[in-house]
Amino acid sequence: MKNFRAGLMASAFILAGAVSALAGTLVINTDTSDPAPKKAMQALIDGFKAKNPGVDVKWNVFDHEGYKSAIRNFLTADPPDIVSWYAGNRMAPFVKAGLFADVSDVWKAQGFDKTLGSALSAMTIDGKQWGVPQSYYQWGIYYRSDIFKKLGIATPKTWDELLAACATLKKNGITPFSLGSKALWPTAGWFDYLDLRVNGYAFHMDLTNGKIPWTDPRVKAVFAKWDDMVKNGYIMADHPAFDWQEAVPQMVQGKTAMYVMGNFAVAVMEQGGLKADQIDFMPFPTITPGLPPAEEAPIDSFHIPAKAKDMADAKKFLAYLGSGEAQTKINDILGQLPISTDAKVGDDKFLKAGLAVLSKAQGVAQFFDRDAPADMAKIGMEGFQEFLVHPDHLDAILARLEAARKRIYKVN
Amino acid sequence: MTTTTADIATTDWRAQPRRRLSRRVAPALFLAPALLMFLVYVIAPIFASMRISLYDWDGVGKMTFVGLGNYRELLGDDAFYTSLKNNVLWLVLYMLAVPAGLAVALYLNQSVRGIRLVKSLFFFPFVISQVVVGVVFGWFYDPQFGILHSIGKLLGVATPAVLADERYVTYGIIAAGLWPQTAYCMILYLTGLNNVSPDQVEAARIDGAKGLRMLRHVVLPQLGPATFIAVVVTVIGALRSFDLVSTMTHGGPYGSSRVLAFYMYEEALSEYGYRMGYGAAIAVVLFAIMMVYISIFVVRMIRQDRGKR
Repeated sequence: MKNFRAGLMASAFILAGAVSALAGTLVINTDTSDPAPKKAMQALIDGFKAKNPGVDVKWNVFDHEGYKSAIRNFLTADPPDIVSWYAGNRMAPFVKAGLFADVSDVWKAQGFDKTLGSALSAMTIDGKQWGVPQSYYQWGIYYRSDIFKKLGIATPKTWDELLAACATLKKNGITPFSLGSKALWPTAGWFDYLDLRVNGYAFHMDLTNGKIPWTDPRVKAVFAKWDDMVKNGYIMADHPAFDWQEAVPQMVQGKTAMYVMGNFAVAVMEQGGLKADQIDFMPFPTITPGLPPAEEAPIDSFHIPAKAKDMADAKKFLAYLGSGEAQTKINDILGQLPISTDAKVGDDKFLKAGLAVLSKAQGVAQFFDRDAPADMAKIGMEGFQEFLVHPDHLDAILARLEAARKRIYKVN
Repeated sequence: MTTTTADIATTDWRAQPRRRLSRRVAPALFLAPALLMFLVYVIAPIFASMRISLYDWDGVGKMTFVGLGNYRELLGDDAFYTSLKNNVLWLVLYMLAVPAGLAVALYLNQSVRGIRLVKSLFFFPFVISQVVVGVVFGWFYDPQFGILHSIGKLLGVATPAVLADERYVTYGIIAAGLWPQTAYCMILYLTGLNNVSPDQVEAARIDGAKGLRMLRHVVLPQLGPATFIAVVVTVIGALRSFDLVSTMTHGGPYGSSRVLAFYMYEEALSEYGYRMGYGAAIAVVLFAIMMVYISIFVVRMIRQDRGKR
């Protein structure tokens, strides 16, 4: 308990992880600075200590945003034993630089290939596993079900139905979609889903892995669908001026009715004053019929630095993290979906809807800025934002992205 | 006890060469800590940046030597030219702070009851952190509830979402920057005005000088040093404009409000950074531009120093 207090206090000063680990001391660095993740982390550590009474845990909490640059310093300078990070290409630089430890043996010993199977590909690079997933959450369209009901709009299942719904909303003086694109990434939720629905999961992965030129007509087809929204004014104006949370009030006030977002948006919408029965979730509608179902569900995960001092305990920690018991416990607090098939899903309509969609998915994308390398993601998302303001710049934007692709993936 | 010259001459003969030595060593010793700090924290990083700019490096992995590759890439990078263009805009428009500061200083340079309070209120914007200035102006421009929008609504004029429109965004940020910078120039001029010789003003008045002519021919020449410093701090302030861009727009929309300092941070250190070499190359270019102004400043200071001797 004392260690928790120390960890919490240290978090206020963004400790640089400069804590020397004694034998039997497990040092954990996490970015869980928000209340719910912090509580979940505490529950996780409590559970681990109950099972491993001999191990002393030293936990350092970092500010969520600051962590992203701090991790590069402490991984090279003074690595802890466990770090929180993200799956997919987001962990690739650390894996390639030899900073993350190979934990394939934990996967094998615990049978995670089966219980955590849905996250296997996202945790694998070069045929080895580099971490254990903690939870994931679905993306999709969150909408004002009360407004839909009042205007007699049925939940759209196809793109044409969605466009018809937008037209009805617009006629009633409601801008269909909220968007706050100041931080750029909210635009990528749109792009990912459009690409997954127009061209499918395999194509989307090839595109984010640099195997397909951005000037390909199939990429243009994605933007053509997006333009259906832009040219009709179905997406809120002035979105580059707002962060994603700042576009939520529009939806609370009923000036907009839908938002392409992750499940974390529900908490913000409820804080904004919407009741649970005013909001609902729908999967992103079908565009090209017959494609294998694919969804977007980013995975949060834990990893062991290659130079961890207490490797044995760190592996025990990951083994516990992947167990059904731990996954049930933390995801109950986080309000997210557990990955383990042994875990129980919380009693929440959004989680249940998410689980229903994700259990049918044959491909799970990690989100554009985790599937594509960092510099490609940045240039890409800037291009998406520019397209939403100036759809006529499309050719120039795609030429720019293609030049970036050639440089970043070193292709000719 | 009194000491005579004779005493020193007889008793201190051994100390003479030591004193001569210490006269030479002492300054070096006193300078050493500062020089060491300067070397480690200023000079060494400059050369380290220059070295890193020749490599392709993600900050954690292996460094690959690419020669002038990063600079060659900069030459063909639209984002770099946008940043450069914005930096020029900043340099030119930020200069407005100098005459504006002078105007406020002249206005406040009077002895009325309570003028000190007014002066400190005018100086206030410079005391607030740039980040706070950025946040406040962000609200000011907000297209939903901002004052600008509300005033426009009252007058029946459609106001643009300044920070979301690539045509206005840089001007909007510069306007926010001018607010504290004007206060800074004002305080420089206020101290300068204290040193304006009352005799010369009196003499000019007897000769019939008034208003603008008095300002141009009598007061301004005496404010030369204040103007010089005001221009230099404004130039440097314009070149390192980072905090406002970062807090108000993150360089957006789609990179149109970037300046070199922010672009450097973005490429090397931000969430999607990981390009240390490229960021270092931008830093070197920014350094080269700053060097021009810093050299002018240093050369002038040395010349003034020599002139006094």
